[in-house]
Amino acid sequence: MSERQLVTLTVNGVEHELLVEPRRTLVDALRHDLRLTGTHVGCEHGVCGACTVLVDGLPARACLMFAVQAEGREISTVESLSPDGRLNDLQQSFVDHHGLQCGFCTPGMLMLAEGLLAERPAAGREEIREVVAANLCRCTGYQSIVDAVEACARARCPQEERS
Amino acid sequence: MPQGADTDQPDAGHRAPSFGSTGRYVGAAVPRREDPRLVTGRGRFLDDIAVPGMLHAQFVRSTIAHARLLEVDLTAVRALPGVVAAYSAADLALGDITALLDRPLEEFVPTPMPVLSGAPQADGSLGKVRFVGEPLAIVVAADPYLVEDALELARVRYEALPAITSAEGAMAQGAALVHDEAPGNVLVDVSMFATEGIDEVFSDAHTVVEVRSSTGRQNALPLETRGALAEWDERAGQLVLDTCTQVPHQVRTVTAGCLGLAERQVRVRVPDMGGGFGIKCVVGREEIAVAAAAQRLRRPVKWIEDRKDALTASFLAREQQYVARAAFDREGHVLALDADVVCDMGAYSCYPFTAAIEPLMASGEMPSVYRVPAYRVRGRSITSNKAPTAPYRGVSRPQYVMVMERLMERAARVLDLDPVEVRRRNVITTFPYTGVNHITYDPGSYLESLDLAEQTVRDEGWYDVQAAARAEGRFVGIGYSCFSERTGYGSGAFAKRRMKVVPGFDISEIRMDLSGTVTVTTGTQSHGQGHETTMAQIVADKLKLDVADVRVEQGDTDRVLYGWGSFASRSAVIGGSAVGAAAGKLEVKLRELAAHLLGTRPEVLELRDGGVRPIPHAGDGVPPEGLSFTQLADVAYLKSHLLAKETDPGLSAVASFDVAGDGTFSNATHACVVELDPGTGGTRILRYVCVEDCGVAINPPIVEGQARGGIAQGIAGALFEQVSYDANGEPSCASFLDYKVPTAWETPDVLIKHLETPCLFTETGAKGAGEGGTIGAPAAVLNAVNDALRPTGVELDDTPIRPEVVHRSLQVTRSAAHGSAA
Ligand code: FES
Ligand code: FES
Repeated sequence: MSERQLVTLTVNGVEHELLVEPRRTLVDALRHDLRLTGTHVGCEHGVCGACTVLVDGLPARACLMFAVQAEGREISTVESLSPDGRLNDLQQSFVDHHGLQCGFCTPGMLMLAEGLLAERPAAGREEIREVVAANLCRCTGYQSIVDAVEACARARCPQEERS
Repeated sequence: MPQGADTDQPDAGHRAPSFGSTGRYVGAAVPRREDPRLVTGRGRFLDDIAVPGMLHAQFVRSTIAHARLLEVDLTAVRALPGVVAAYSAADLALGDITALLDRPLEEFVPTPMPVLSGAPQADGSLGKVRFVGEPLAIVVAADPYLVEDALELARVRYEALPAITSAEGAMAQGAALVHDEAPGNVLVDVSMFATEGIDEVFSDAHTVVEVRSSTGRQNALPLETRGALAEWDERAGQLVLDTCTQVPHQVRTVTAGCLGLAERQVRVRVPDMGGGFGIKCVVGREEIAVAAAAQRLRRPVKWIEDRKDALTASFLAREQQYVARAAFDREGHVLALDADVVCDMGAYSCYPFTAAIEPLMASGEMPSVYRVPAYRVRGRSITSNKAPTAPYRGVSRPQYVMVMERLMERAARVLDLDPVEVRRRNVITTFPYTGVNHITYDPGSYLESLDLAEQTVRDEGWYDVQAAARAEGRFVGIGYSCFSERTGYGSGAFAKRRMKVVPGFDISEIRMDLSGTVTVTTGTQSHGQGHETTMAQIVADKLKLDVADVRVEQGDTDRVLYGWGSFASRSAVIGGSAVGAAAGKLEVKLRELAAHLLGTRPEVLELRDGGVRPIPHAGDGVPPEGLSFTQLADVAYLKSHLLAKETDPGLSAVASFDVAGDGTFSNATHACVVELDPGTGGTRILRYVCVEDCGVAINPPIVEGQARGGIAQGIAGALFEQVSYDANGEPSCASFLDYKVPTAWETPDVLIKHLETPCLFTETGAKGAGEGGTIGAPAAVLNAVNDALRPTGVELDDTPIRPEVVHRSLQVTRSAAHGSAA
């Protein structure tokens, strides 16, 4: 077994100190050490995107990062979207558009979309589709996910603000 | 007659449906009650569960496809600090998982599947391994990373045998035997139908067309892999097994059997599930081994399958070959169908369905939506050195529908008729219709769906697009598939297959509590379909309750009386009818209790607004407010001295439902428009239309979600996904990099149009809706590709449709065209 290291993770605005093996992935630290189980694991190969979180505001695969690499970075998980228990507009849009079935891919899709909408608030349908294509969903056929993100984007950035 | 209603994209999901309303909730887009927890990350999937003292398990697996096992040496594994235990087959001595049919050995050879391979045999040997990934030992440690390290220390010695990796190889003279008991590697050989005089029909027919088709081996691929968490509960005297399964009670039976426990000593619980699609409707070996390890160690043990094992060592499906001929008259009426179906079922039969599930499904239902007067079929399963198969969404229907639809298209080409017109001349139009396959089809909208799909494609101008594209030398094609899907197989239908374990009924228990709200159990098992919502809709309508006042309980063998879980689109049909029947019994009890307390007859009372009230104008001088459910529950539980003598205290009821006849058929027509890229051979889907009829849609957005998700999986099979094996039986896909799952980029938006031919015997008029999308898509895509290839004269009959094959077809003809022009 390798030496454990002390790492400080800032997750959803809260600092945590953890003693982890250098090989411990960020997603395992989030899920099993911090018990933030909303972030899921579908492959551990960086392909499915179920583990998508925001690192310093940008979508990242938490299965491809080691926890020690996240030292000093701001990490946001799905649990950050509804701190008071009320759904945010993107989550509500997923509900309204039936953007989930089993819900296993959903936290990753939500964080992926939050990253997109923060960076490109005026994203159109095809742009959204291209980004959603970064993650896998086996249940929905994607259309309702694209619908959900698109509707949220339109509400957040009305037509007149789009270039 | 079916009634039509469109829900157009993209906002179909939340538009009020204009159809199917039989109550306040059934037919309405009731928001799913599963959603809030799932979108906030508060769902509880298997790997989200952690219990104190929990250990982690993984499996030592065979690295050779076919070999005699000489030794499984775990000494070094056990010596690694941190390893708590490592058990081989010899250490655990568990019973096998054996799926049986009530058929003679000539038709079916059983293949007991050991929980771990390598148990000492009667002759002193350790037996064989039969596929790469077969579990040989379970290793348990406190740390999940350390378990992975430990696996590498296992020393397994093999004496390799020739690997069987194809159906041809399996049936070749002198081929090595995967199971000594199965000569020629044939596990199933059933000739279900042979109409007398069929050979004469073929020899006298105006036209005979043939299709030889093969389909790739696929993985159902739920995004959540399999897994289990087992713990021995001293207080309950029970092994508690949390596992993501579609069939909790069947897992209980097999676990108890393999461990030598009574059923009451095993409790199976199912958390939220990240999909299943059939791969989780069979009992796996790993969950039993985990249970055995937990029982031994008296500590909780968890196993989460990694993606590599999920891709290579779990259950696969779909690898089939067809040689099919159909005879037609001059006008394109089908006269006879003759098919030979060979399914590569891999190394073992799955429990409870057996390796016969695919050939029996194909044999029984291949005539599809058409009036086929004469039919002969032979269905076989062969065994090979590949991971075993489970009934993946659609089960054989994607393949035989594809073959039937190819036969229709080919006949149309030979007879120079329009392919939709040929279908129109052959689809069943009068119901009930009893086919040559002895199945009675309940009313559907086969012709109407076909007409509407074609009309939609025409109205949207795709035929013009195609004509213009062809004029420019581009390859645009339009393809259709018309099909039905039997849903809600009752015990009668499964008994016809001669299963020894006969699924079919469902049984529900309903309880009203002191708050006047109810809890209802279902033996079906949601794995993403939203049963907590749809079942509640049915009960709420029946009891005139607010849907929020109905709680649905599933996935716990101690709390649910019994169940067959969810597969074969049975949940809405059978499970939905069972919850409805239980609610119906409770309704009677409530009226009887109210009548007793009000001094009147139950017949003048009805359920309304959360209570039992007099039917308006029924007289009898009952006070108009009647009694609320809370008032009735107050008496039933807290003032039982007021009950009639023969009335039991409490407010609960149990009811079951089974399908008496041949089930109910949902149907649909899919239409697909594709363009082929001459540069890459790639297929791009330009438009996808689905006209579907699943009777009354209990929750229309859920039905549409099933259709869209199913179509995505069907397209995946048509264009992308295949698990292939090399000559040594080594699987090609160890990660998503090798197994190409379509993303949002490859998956088209789907226009869905609804027809509604209500089922005549279910509680709600609903038919099943879980599999149709997957069934229809491969045929529609393949036909569209062939239509696009029409100028080339090439016809393709296999899936997945490989870009290099399309590319070659286009290149050949381009150079040919150049040649003739010169
Ligand atoms: S789990 Fe990280 S990409 Fe799949
Ligand atoms: S909703 Fe099941 S994987 Fe996306």
